Amino acid sequence: MSLLQVEGLTKRFSGLTAVDDINITVADKEFLGIVGPNGAGKTTLFSLISGQLPPTHGRIVFDGVDITGWPADKVASAGLVRTFQLMRPFESMTALENVAVASHHRFRSRRDARRHALAVIERVQLDRYVNAPAGSLPTAGLKRLELARALALEPKLLLLDEVLAGLVPADRAPMIELLGDLHADGLTVLFIEHIMAAVLALSERLLVMHEGAQLALGNPHEMTQDRAVVEAYLGEDYA
Amino acid sequence: MQERTWAASEAPDSDAAVGGIEKYRLPLAVAAAVPVVLVLIYTVGDKDTGLVTQSVVTGLLLGGVYALVSIGLTLIFGVLGVINFAHGAMLSLSMFLVFWLTSTLGLPVYLATVVAVPLMLGFGFVVQGGLLNRLTVSGNHEGSLLVTLGLSLLITNVLLMIFGGRPLSVPGSLEGAWRVFGAIASYERLIAFGGALLVALALTLVLNKTSFGMCIRAVSANSQGAALVGVNVGRVYALTFGIGSACVAVAGGLLAPFLSLTPTVGEEFTILAFVIVVLGGLGSVVGAMVGGIVIGLVQTVGALYLPGTGSLILVFAVFVIVLLFRPQGIFGVTR
Ligand SMILES: Nc1ncnc2c1ncn2[C@@H]1O[C@H](COP(=O)(O)OP(=O)(O)OP(=O)(O)O)[C@@H](O)[C@H]1O
Ligand SMILES: [Mg+2]
Repeated sequence: MSLLQVEGLTKRFSGLTAVDDINITVADKEFLGIVGPNGAGKTTLFSLISGQLPPTHGRIVFDGVDITGWPADKVASAGLVRTFQLMRPFESMTALENVAVASHHRFRSRRDARRHALAVIERVQLDRYVNAPAGSLPTAGLKRLELARALALEPKLLLLDEVLAGLVPADRAPMIELLGDLHADGLTVLFIEHIMAAVLALSERLLVMHEGAQLALGNPHEMTQDRAVVEAYLGEDYA
Repeated sequence: MQERTWAASEAPDSDAAVGGIEKYRLPLAVAAAVPVVLVLIYTVGDKDTGLVTQSVVTGLLLGGVYALVSIGLTLIFGVLGVINFAHGAMLSLSMFLVFWLTSTLGLPVYLATVVAVPLMLGFGFVVQGGLLNRLTVSGNHEGSLLVTLGLSLLITNVLLMIFGGRPLSVPGSLEGAWRVFGAIASYERLIAFGGALLVALALTLVLNKTSFGMCIRAVSANSQGAALVGVNVGRVYALTFGIGSACVAVAGGLLAPFLSLTPTVGEEFTILAFVIVVLGGLGSVVGAMVGGIVIGLVQTVGALYLPGTGSLILVFAVFVIVLLFRPQGIFGVTR
């Protein structure tokens, strides 16, 4: 059964078409990688799906419900949650509180919300920063905090925007492992990433975007053989 | 198999510890400066001791009044990022509401205050939810300024229409005073001071110990991030404005007994309230409390040496000096 259907999704910013007629169907428990050069419209696609930006055209159906035009908080509460390329933590609050704000939507009582937030923090191995102000976390910690906040909403569909960017190579492997575990536990994921090794390690299908449009969609390993894709994404030198 | 670790090279918490000490340096300096200055004035200040004591008591109590007026403003300012130009007018509105409840329904003034609180909360909720939310959410702060300015004119003129411009006074207040170290502290002002402490305490508890307070802080820290984790930002804005207005109602009710009410009575506090909010740190309730008391003391004790409007010069001097060393205010966080 498909969890997400995107039909003819288009976004124009005065003249520039940032997202151009995207059509994808994402199955339950699927891991879909999204790649494309800088400015291809990947982040904008996430903003449209998660309700931060209204689309110019097109329709978004999530879990059988048309959510086109819903405000971001309502989309998030429905179980479709994104993370940001540039993290947006609540800096003055502790890591635990950051996550508890999200948990509190699933648990009415404050104690249960905190307990749940603690469990999520352990899941992403942020334990040692539980009571540190979010503003004091290192980049790797902020990435995990962003992930923890999203997970605390117990999403059905998680949109990850460059969670590996800014991590030193030594920090990437454990993050990739964590994402693999989350997927294995049944989470459906859309995964924007520039680091091809990670994309190939995790993705079951791959969407390639170029200048807003859907250049290719299919098996990632076959696609790396495709000349047009390689040209668009890696530059003509690689072709 | 969670053996593999991440960010192993980074020493955790060291930043946080440094931040912790930094954070309290200026508040401690201010807390230390106040008694030091007072001791100096008593010993080498060349003024009658009784007079100084009276100024200190008056200053503390005036500071409580200022704090009371500033708490609602700092909350709205801190969370919504909106400068509420109608703050003074809403203070007048609260006072006239209390006046009306006492004079026509015959309620005692402090009971009338209790009644005014939910009314003003609803008023604030509707103003933000109905008029301002679209502007605040889209970050149109100029628009919000104009709307609150318009609201301020509207309130003032409606009050003028209904009650006229003659000064009025709230009937049946609590007469009498308490004597401390030879100084006089009127009961009404003592109650206002206690009210300020109570409001600050209640608000601090709500912000730090409830889920809703956590949502307010999250929205204040990053409204987009808050929407992302399912917080209805517009609703939090409206409720915050409501709570800020409820604080204004408490201020109005507790101040009304010792002021003569005209439709512009609230405006007289506006400038100082803004000074206190910025001095204490935008959005900091404790900052508003401390800032209020510092300004109250500077004004009255300063008047011993610079009578008349001279003490206001001192107030602004303190303001500028503190901001020079700490632009985010005494209890403010850098953004
Ligand atoms: N709010 C906006 N207003 C105008 N143009 C925008 C806006 N947001 C994005 N764009 C433009 O839309 C295009 C797509 O941007 P987007 O951020 O979606 O790219 P991306 O694929 O995520 O790139 P990157 O890999 O660098 O993160 C870019 O040309 C960008 O300048
Ligand atoms: Mg991007």
